[in-house]
Amino acid sequence: MHEMALCRSIIELCREQAERQGFRTVKTVRLAIGALSHVEPQALEFGFDAASRGTIAEGAVLEIERPPGQAFCMVCEATVPLAQRFDPCPRCAGHQLIVTGGEEMRVKDLEVE
Amino acid sequence: MCTVCGCGDGETKVEGHHHHDHDHHHEHGDHEHVLPDGTVIRHSHHEHHEHHDGPGHGHHHGHEHHHHHDGVIDLGHGPAGTEVPGMSQTRLVQIEQDILAKNDSFAAVNRQLFAAKGAFVLNLMSSPGSGKTTLLARTLTDLKGRFPVAVIEGDQQTSFDADRIRATGAPAIQINTGKGCHLDAQMVTQALGRLGTPENGVLFIENVGNLVCPAGFDLGEAHKVVVLSVTEGEDKPLKYPNMFAAADLLLVTKVDLLPHLTFDVERMIAYARQIKPSLEVLPVSATSGEGLEAWYAWIEAGLAKAKRPG
Repeated sequence: MHEMALCRSIIELCREQAERQGFRTVKTVRLAIGALSHVEPQALEFGFDAASRGTIAEGAVLEIERPPGQAFCMVCEATVPLAQRFDPCPRCAGHQLIVTGGEEMRVKDLEVE
Repeated sequence: MCTVCGCGDGETKVEGHHHHDHDHHHEHGDHEHVLPDGTVIRHSHHEHHEHHDGPGHGHHHGHEHHHHHDGVIDLGHGPAGTEVPGMSQTRLVQIEQDILAKNDSFAAVNRQLFAAKGAFVLNLMSSPGSGKTTLLARTLTDLKGRFPVAVIEGDQQTSFDADRIRATGAPAIQINTGKGCHLDAQMVTQALGRLGTPENGVLFIENVGNLVCPAGFDLGEAHKVVVLSVTEGEDKPLKYPNMFAAADLLLVTKVDLLPHLTFDVERMIAYARQIKPSLEVLPVSATSGEGLEAWYAWIEAGLAKAKRPG
C-alpha cells in the first residue's frame, strides 16, 4: 500500500512547514489528487489516520479535491476529458491519447493553529 | 522492528557494508543504524521531535491583519469571523507542493549521478513470479564482458535474488523494504553509495514484485520496464493501467510456453497500447533464448545514448 508512503510524505511536509512558519497543529490538509493519479483517496484517508498518530497532523482532516482527467487526442488534435486511462477518445473513439491532466498529487494548503 | 533501539516498523535494510559501531544519523525524522553484522537499517520515528522553539513559534495573535510572509497568508480572522485577542486561531498556509517532492529530489540526485557516470539505468517492474530475476540472470550471463553492469534488487525480505544475481558474476546489492511495497529514490541513493554506479555501463534495478505501487516512484532511471509473463492474464494492462502508462518498454516473458496456453499476445499488446500508444514491446524467453537478441540490442542502443563521449 504505497498510500502509506505518501501519507508519510504529507506529514513530513507538514512538519517542515511547521518549523518554517511556526504553527503547532494542523487542522486540515487540502490535497489535489488527480483522477488519473495512482492514488486511491479512501486508502489515503485510512493511511493518514494511522500515519499521523502522535504527529503534528494527528486528527487533521484530509480534504481531497479530484481534478478531472484530461488528454490530448492526436487524431482529433484536441484536448478531451478522460475518466479512466483505458477509455477511448470521446470524439473519435480512438486511443491515440496523451494524458495531459489529472495525474497530480499535490498538497495545496494547510489550515493550522 | 529495529533490533538496535526497538523502535518503529516498516524499516528498510540495505545489505552489504561492514561496520562495528552503532551509528545513528538523524535527518528529518529518518534515521539509520548500522548493526554489528553490517546490516544497515533506515527508518523513521513518528515525530518525537516537535519541540522547535524557533522564531515565529506557536501562536498567531488575532490583531495582525493580512500579514503576508514566506508563503503565509494570514487571514486574520477565525473561521467564524470572530477574533479573541491572545487566543491562537486558525490560519491558512499555502503549500502547493507535490506530495512526492522529497522522492523526486532524490531521483534528481540519482539521475545526475547516472549522467555523470554515463550509466544507462532501467527500473524493472512486474507482479511476483513474472520471471524478472530469471530473465535478468540470463541477460547478465549473456552480456558478460560487453560493458560494466550492476544490479539493485528490491524485495520485502531475503537476499535470495541478489545471491542469484551475484552467482552470474555481476555486482549486486539487496534492498529489503521491510513492509514497504516499492523502492523509493532515497533507497536507491543509499544503495548506490555501497554498490557504486557502473561507468559507461548498465544498472538494472529490480523493483519489488508488485504491479501497483512501484509505478508512482521515480528512481532516477532512464526507463521503466514492465515485465509481464504469458502465464498471467492478458487483461492485466487494463487492470493495472498506471504501471503500463509509466513504462516505456514491455517485456513479454516465458513466450516458450505459448504453445501450451491460450494467452493471446496480440490482444494483450492492444490493451497495453490502449493505455500507452508509444509503448515498445519485446517478447522474450529466458529458457529458449527467443527474442533475447532484440532485448540486448535495445539495451545497447540505450547505453550508446547514455555513455559519456570519449
